[in-house]
Amino acid sequence: MSTNTPTEHHEYDVLIIGAGGAGLRAAIEAKQRGLKVGIITKSLLGKAHTVMAEGGMAAAMGNVYEEDNWMVHFRDTMRGGKYLNNYRMAELHAKESPDRVWELEQWGALFDRTKDGKILQRDFGGHRYARLAHVGDRTGLELIRTLQQKVVSMGTDVFMECKVLRLLHDQDGKIAGAVAYWRASGEFVTFSAKAVVLATGGVGKSWKFTSNSWEGTGDGHAMAMWAGAELIDMECIQFHPTGMVWPLSVRGILVTEGVRGDGGVLRNSEGERFMFNYVADMFRGETAETEEEGDRWYEDHAAGRRPPELLPRDEVARAINTEVKAGRGSPHGGVYLDIASRRPAEFIRRRLPSMYHQFMELAGVDITREAMEIGPTCHYIMGGVKVDADTAATKVPGLFAAGEVAGGMHGANRLGGNSLSDLIVFGRRAGMGAADYIEGLQGSATLNQGEVDAAIAEALAPFNRENGENPYDIQRDLQEMMQANVGIIRTGSEVEAAIETLENFTERVQNISLKGGRQYNPGWNLATDLPSMLTVSKCTARGARDRKESRGGHTREDFPGTDEQLSKVNIGHTLAGNDWTASIKTEQIPLLPIPAELKALLEEGK
Amino acid sequence: MFEERKAVTALESSTQVVLGGTRGGPDVSTLRQDRWWLQPVITVSILTSFVIYATWAAFQGVNYFVGATGVHELISPFYSPCLSTSCVEGSSPFGFAFNVGSLSPALIILIFPLGFRMTCYYYRRSYYRAFWWSPPACAVADGHTNYSGETRFPLVIQNAHRYFFYFGVVFNVLLTYDAIRSFHVVGGGWGISVGSLVLTLNATLLWLYSLSCHACRHICGGQVRSFSQHPIRHKLWKLATPLNAKHMNFAWASLFVVALTDVYVRLVSSGAIRDLVFF
Amino acid sequence: MSDVTMRIWRGDSTGGQFENYTLEQNEGEVVLDVIHRIQATEAPDLACRWNCKAGKCGSCAAEINGKPRLMCMTRMSDMPEGPITVTPMKTFPIIRDLVTDVSFNYAQAEKVPALLPPPMPEGGYRIFQEDVERSQEFRKCIECFMCQDVCHVIRDHEDNKQHYAGPRFFIRYAELEMHPLDTNDRRDLIREDMGLGYCNITKCCTEVCPEHIKITDNAIIPLKERVVDAHYDPVAWLGRKIRRKTKVSAQDAAVQPAP
Repeated sequence: MSTNTPTEHHEYDVLIIGAGGAGLRAAIEAKQRGLKVGIITKSLLGKAHTVMAEGGMAAAMGNVYEEDNWMVHFRDTMRGGKYLNNYRMAELHAKESPDRVWELEQWGALFDRTKDGKILQRDFGGHRYARLAHVGDRTGLELIRTLQQKVVSMGTDVFMECKVLRLLHDQDGKIAGAVAYWRASGEFVTFSAKAVVLATGGVGKSWKFTSNSWEGTGDGHAMAMWAGAELIDMECIQFHPTGMVWPLSVRGILVTEGVRGDGGVLRNSEGERFMFNYVADMFRGETAETEEEGDRWYEDHAAGRRPPELLPRDEVARAINTEVKAGRGSPHGGVYLDIASRRPAEFIRRRLPSMYHQFMELAGVDITREAMEIGPTCHYIMGGVKVDADTAATKVPGLFAAGEVAGGMHGANRLGGNSLSDLIVFGRRAGMGAADYIEGLQGSATLNQGEVDAAIAEALAPFNRENGENPYDIQRDLQEMMQANVGIIRTGSEVEAAIETLENFTERVQNISLKGGRQYNPGWNLATDLPSMLTVSKCTARGARDRKESRGGHTREDFPGTDEQLSKVNIGHTLAGNDWTASIKTEQIPLLPIPAELKALLEEGK
Repeated sequence: MFEERKAVTALESSTQVVLGGTRGGPDVSTLRQDRWWLQPVITVSILTSFVIYATWAAFQGVNYFVGATGVHELISPFYSPCLSTSCVEGSSPFGFAFNVGSLSPALIILIFPLGFRMTCYYYRRSYYRAFWWSPPACAVADGHTNYSGETRFPLVIQNAHRYFFYFGVVFNVLLTYDAIRSFHVVGGGWGISVGSLVLTLNATLLWLYSLSCHACRHICGGQVRSFSQHPIRHKLWKLATPLNAKHMNFAWASLFVVALTDVYVRLVSSGAIRDLVFF
Repeated sequence: MSDVTMRIWRGDSTGGQFENYTLEQNEGEVVLDVIHRIQATEAPDLACRWNCKAGKCGSCAAEINGKPRLMCMTRMSDMPEGPITVTPMKTFPIIRDLVTDVSFNYAQAEKVPALLPPPMPEGGYRIFQEDVERSQEFRKCIECFMCQDVCHVIRDHEDNKQHYAGPRFFIRYAELEMHPLDTNDRRDLIREDMGLGYCNITKCCTEVCPEHIKITDNAIIPLKERVVDAHYDPVAWLGRKIRRKTKVSAQDAAVQPAP
């Protein structure tokens, strides 16, 4: 039977939490340094959200355009991030990603090729040159499989379906391990480690419409913060304006911009093509005024101006948001994206084959016959644990972070293709950073038993309560609340309301009661994820309150422009206490000053 | 093709695997509700009918050749090449013959086309499923408690498929020769009859069946590691690949037509019908 | 819309039974949506593995009306009338409800000798699209393990798990055997230790593959043919002998100083 104390204990040099691209890459690096490495993942190995990435990984290899180099890539990244980036991360990323991609090839990755046998690179939004190494539209799968196979061939211990509850400190306050439970058995397990690398990915599961899987609950963000680290830029979240909201089977799946580029239009529940009502002054000159003019543009770009459906992502998303809030949304909280009534079925199938097949296969939705119900969908968080660029070290000794859980690399907005390369560049750096840190380590560590006991007691509490709340109800309410109040377009009053409501959620989570036992119980698993979800939601809401401007992935309806003072700072969050329910301290942190030679690079491109 | 490569052995695995663990779900042979048994029933019916007919036809030893008595020379594919001293005059293409007494000439040669089909990857799939129930259909329990696949005698012989393929090609050449000869009018000149068209169709389908064979695809170029370094093999492989995708269709079509050809020649030869001559 | 009854197997290694859940059917749902609704209401402890819910991660494999399917890719509207049976994959030991212990597959993955490429030249390898296409097909595999589940060699014969890798790993070996950069020869390994000969090419793996990988035609049969090259084919063996000789002499010729 299940026991309430850990019966299993493991010791490692480096413990890696998360088995996506960043975690696996960190493991390889630490392994190559001769260290004993353990990887913990909430799912099975190879199922991480990295597999969802389609487009490719950005690396200035110059295979397609010889003019491309790290300086251009650096400039594109900084510009895309609205200069909120940690410049050093952007620099390292641009310089090192080509080598990381070539390295993957030595480990078995098979990228699409150019005519002369090099790795083919494709164009993507925000990148000046065709720069994304890719394999069809399954680059993420290729990345994860390559790293997974490399890790396995090196003989690394992988703890699958194991959920980490807390990071543990030693007597000096250094990170010294973690406490977790096996999902299959419900038994607790402790790990001691000289260094811990967080690579837990994103936070999207706190929103109703998201492309993230159940795993995207922000565990790493939250655990880092509970352990004393600092989160930054948590308000900067990338939403895609056209994610499917219905049918359920495809909720969150992104609808490519190509649908609008090929003639798809947005309509509200009254059938009105509403985007014409949302053309901001700065876009009037280049945007069509009538439907006729917009339709002419598709045929001949010189015969009319662009239809308003093709305004920048945030403009489109804002318009959708306003329509829904005004009660003109579709039955499931989105609007209609209609290409069926505007283009022949044959044209749609030819131009958008993967969209057509995806919706046909997953939902039986024939996009050549009916309109899609779409809405802004949470996709990626730019913010995360504040780290040192070169070593991926957080401010807590022994704790490192890489990938989506780390903040700073992408600033206020991430370019497509920069996330996969981020994983391998900083995954490796985290492995290196941890190995270097261990070399300088002296003395032996003792796990703080009090932390172990507290984490276990908290995890088990819902089994001892009666007539409490169902965790699924709390999750659903949280998602709806965050979508409504801290969604793609924010206003001061709604964000304030969210901050207040989140305190109620804290109380509700402490009143969960559960059915069934500990063995593979998804209800319990969710109950242990909810504290993380709440912690990150709180930080996002507080960041959104304090950044009184619109920048990148953060849009304030009441502050539509940028703010000079806020352009120089990150908004950081720390915990004022060591319990997850403790209050959060939010403050402005000045950006790292950019060295003159890099600044010159940025000026060049302006 | 034969790049120098180093043989490697399996690595150690540290993951503990539970053998003989309890399985989930009810202990029944299948939970399928569709008509999964239909396919095996069809396969058994067709293959059994063919085997019965072919056996009967092969043991006849008569009515397999239409020679000087007809307008066009026709020979049954079951009896070509006719290599017995007992062969009907004009039916033997070579200058030699084996004395096998009263044994039907078909029995000398039938092992080759039979072997080609028996070891064919597609037929193996069909008869393992339909006749051997191993398994009868996907996610339906195997009909046997022990199973060693193709690792032991006799089934290890399936690995000889490519040799039967080579023989099959030789037979195809001979049957093509038969088909061409069937356009020749006895006594001089050329013409077309139903019989000559039947033999041509038969030879064509047999070529398609052979060239779409998996062993053929491998020999053409499937075996190379780098196509860019073997452009001709790559071209051949690209020709064989779409044919290979249709191997099943060719397998069935050629099976029907081989039997049909024998039936037709037999009917003409026995005088039951006359070969319809177009010109 | 009308109600639907889900007949879900619930239990663990000590035994189990079917339980019926009747709930309203919503438009456009897949089986996994319905399972999630059951979890969120009647049975929060109903165990089921899933991740991406878009057919890309391969976590949610189960047997629906007796056939291995991804729950996220099986539309309710395609199901026949009557209760829908959902059971865990049969080939692997049960953990709980719809979740099985798939460690057999991870153990097989550990045995695979890795790619051994030649040293990389400056600026990366030069390999061409036609060189990578065959192996790229196998790298589409999302490791749902349904091919392993449906393969009767281990589904119906537990003892074969000791010497049989299964379709998922045959495509992995095929990928490496066809990899333009690899210098290892795994043909004896595939025959002796991975049990390729146990496969009787009945093609169920190909039938259930959600990525539509032609496992049998493009991986297993080419591997069987390669094993024939290495092991069963006297002509190929002779060819190798001759080739090796001429190759060596060609190399000898190459080191001769030019006159």
